[in-house]
Amino acid sequence: MGEVLVLVEQSDGAVKKVTTELLTLARSLGEPSAVWIGPGYSDAAAAVLAEFGAQTVYVAGDEAHAAHPVAPGAEVLAHLVGMKAPVAVLVASSADGKETAGRLAVRINSGVITDAVAISADLVATQSVFGGSTVVHSTVTSGTPIFTVRPNSTPPVAGAGAAVRSDVAIELSDAAKKATVTGSTVATKGGRPELAEAAIVVSGGRGVGSTEGFAVIEALADSLHAAVGASRAATDAGWYPHQYQVGQTGKTVSPQLYIANGISGAIQHRAGMQTSKTIIVVNKDAEAPIFELADYGVVGDLFAVVPQLTDEIGKRSA
Amino acid sequence: MKIAVCVKQVPDTWAEKKLRVDDSTLDRDAADGVMNELDEYAVEEALRLGEAHGAEVTIVTMGPDRAAETIRKALSMGADAGVHLVDDALHGSDALATSYALAEVLGGRGFDLIIFGSESTDARMSVVPAMVAERLGVAQLTFAQKVDLDGTSLTIERVTDSGFDTVSATLPVVLSVVEKINEPRYPSFKGIMAAKKKPVETLSVSDAGLDAAKLGASAAWSSVVDFAARPPKAAGIVVVDEGAGGVNIAEFLTDQKFI
Ligand SMILES: Cc1cc2nc3c(=O)[nH]c(=O)nc-3n(C[C@H](O)[C@H](O)[C@H](O)COP(=O)(O)OP(=O)(O)OC[C@H]3O[C@@H](n4cnc5c(N)ncnc54)[C@H](O)[C@@H]3O)c2cc1C
Ligand SMILES: Nc1ncnc2c1ncn2[C@@H]1O[C@H](COP(=O)(O)O)[C@@H](O)[C@H]1O
Repeated sequence: MGEVLVLVEQSDGAVKKVTTELLTLARSLGEPSAVWIGPGYSDAAAAVLAEFGAQTVYVAGDEAHAAHPVAPGAEVLAHLVGMKAPVAVLVASSADGKETAGRLAVRINSGVITDAVAISADLVATQSVFGGSTVVHSTVTSGTPIFTVRPNSTPPVAGAGAAVRSDVAIELSDAAKKATVTGSTVATKGGRPELAEAAIVVSGGRGVGSTEGFAVIEALADSLHAAVGASRAATDAGWYPHQYQVGQTGKTVSPQLYIANGISGAIQHRAGMQTSKTIIVVNKDAEAPIFELADYGVVGDLFAVVPQLTDEIGKRSA
Repeated sequence: MKIAVCVKQVPDTWAEKKLRVDDSTLDRDAADGVMNELDEYAVEEALRLGEAHGAEVTIVTMGPDRAAETIRKALSMGADAGVHLVDDALHGSDALATSYALAEVLGGRGFDLIIFGSESTDARMSVVPAMVAERLGVAQLTFAQKVDLDGTSLTIERVTDSGFDTVSATLPVVLSVVEKINEPRYPSFKGIMAAKKKPVETLSVSDAGLDAAKLGASAAWSSVVDFAARPPKAAGIVVVDEGAGGVNIAEFLTDQKFI
């Protein structure tokens, strides 16, 4: 079986959930190899990669690889594609992942498909485009197929791999070193799962009314171990940080469960959450278009419904 | 300083977007064309940098005839000149082809800074800026929520999932911006009048010295097998809160095994 390269996404040395999803998907296409860029590779990371089926782990562990954004990953992958002739390259559909895939595509002159939600054994990708309104099947017709895959599209399933370490030492090009990362600032509100990766997302919109109002949304999120999202009306008003915006110009999420509170459901918001598996809506206006997407909706004041729901979840999970 | 801004004309986001049955490309005639919203922020940032440091701002777009409207809008916001790459041979180009064409048009014109929106609202790939940087071999500073130019040194805050990274490079630079970066201005009446006299260079594929074999649908590195409208979602249950709305949802969540 041919090799499938999977670029590892990590946060402070911990393998992200999306990588376990990509390794699971890679096993249906060939033999998965993980590619680790930058320092911080550890036994703990190796154990996770092995658990989800990585046979080989290519480690490009040079400090320099982490000091420059995006380009080093593309150069390491291009080198490995040249050496190993894999059947495909899988990268997570994060901002960094897509840019890495894009640069790689230029370097190796191969087609790239972004935001796949599934890939069949014969390498046909399924994409959900135009805010989830159209389902497209497409293939790469030239070169080594490169796919970026959306988080939450494949449930991670363990499958033993050997995770044999293979070090990759390549000299970065001068072009790859032209931009330098000089600092990293964490602005995330601690303790919650990342928005794009979360299995459950609880969102608030203009109906939440204020920064303080978001405490109700956060309490519900915490009762479900969920991430918090917001509509653009809420982020523009400054009630919630911009990086939590869901929609056309924010994040696209596709969780198991999405709970929309005080959000009307404008087309640009739907574009970012329409493919969520189960959707719950709380809105006081029975005419709000978001109800069209609801599996379960309550017409009511979110300040009455949401705290009651949070309490009830507390009672039921106790 | 010479700044280029790459802007794309896209279907109005309020309209439903559809693929054409004949060639699986976006049906651009079905909706009004507007400037990709994120590109308005790119134009605004170019104008601000120009006001602070002195610069000539050139708008570059690849697209059908009517994409000229989008160049005109950027000129009426205050940009100085436009370059419009337009040719039937470009129809159906994918991101690799688009980045090839843009890089060829941009390269050799001596731009110190090339600014992009971070994503187009139709393709939503977020790859064209990185691809152009790779092709031109210049520094990539993308997803900027803040830009600081000091002489020839450019520093940005690159938005990440958990906050932002500070990233710097020396000009020339490929920059892309997110919507948080500024508040785009509206064209003034004076700006609209002045825009009519500003130069717009129209280039065909051969004018630009491009290899037609690398462009258009037939050259694309990827192709659509088939597509279909997502089947409409089955109607869900909607209840009016009469005091037990929260409990009702909890029951539904229990049935669905979320709690
Ligand atoms: C190019 C472009 C890109 C955009 N990108 C995005 C994007 O990425 N994400 C995004 O979200 N939007 C985006 N928008 C904006 C979008 O068009 C809407 O303006 C926005 O989504 C509205 O947010 P909202 O639903 O929170 O507010 P509103 O539309 O004002 O809706 C608020 C809802 O809250 C309900 N409500 C009020 N009080 C209560 C209460 N106490 N209890 C229960 N319900 C209550 C109201 O009935 C109403 O339905 C974009 C717009 C454009 C033009
Ligand atoms: N046809 C085009 N003409 C000019 N600029 C473009 C074109 N396509 C994409 N861009 C630029 O690339 C950015 C990202 O686009 P995309 O990678 O398609 O999401 C846009 O915000 C534009 O700045």
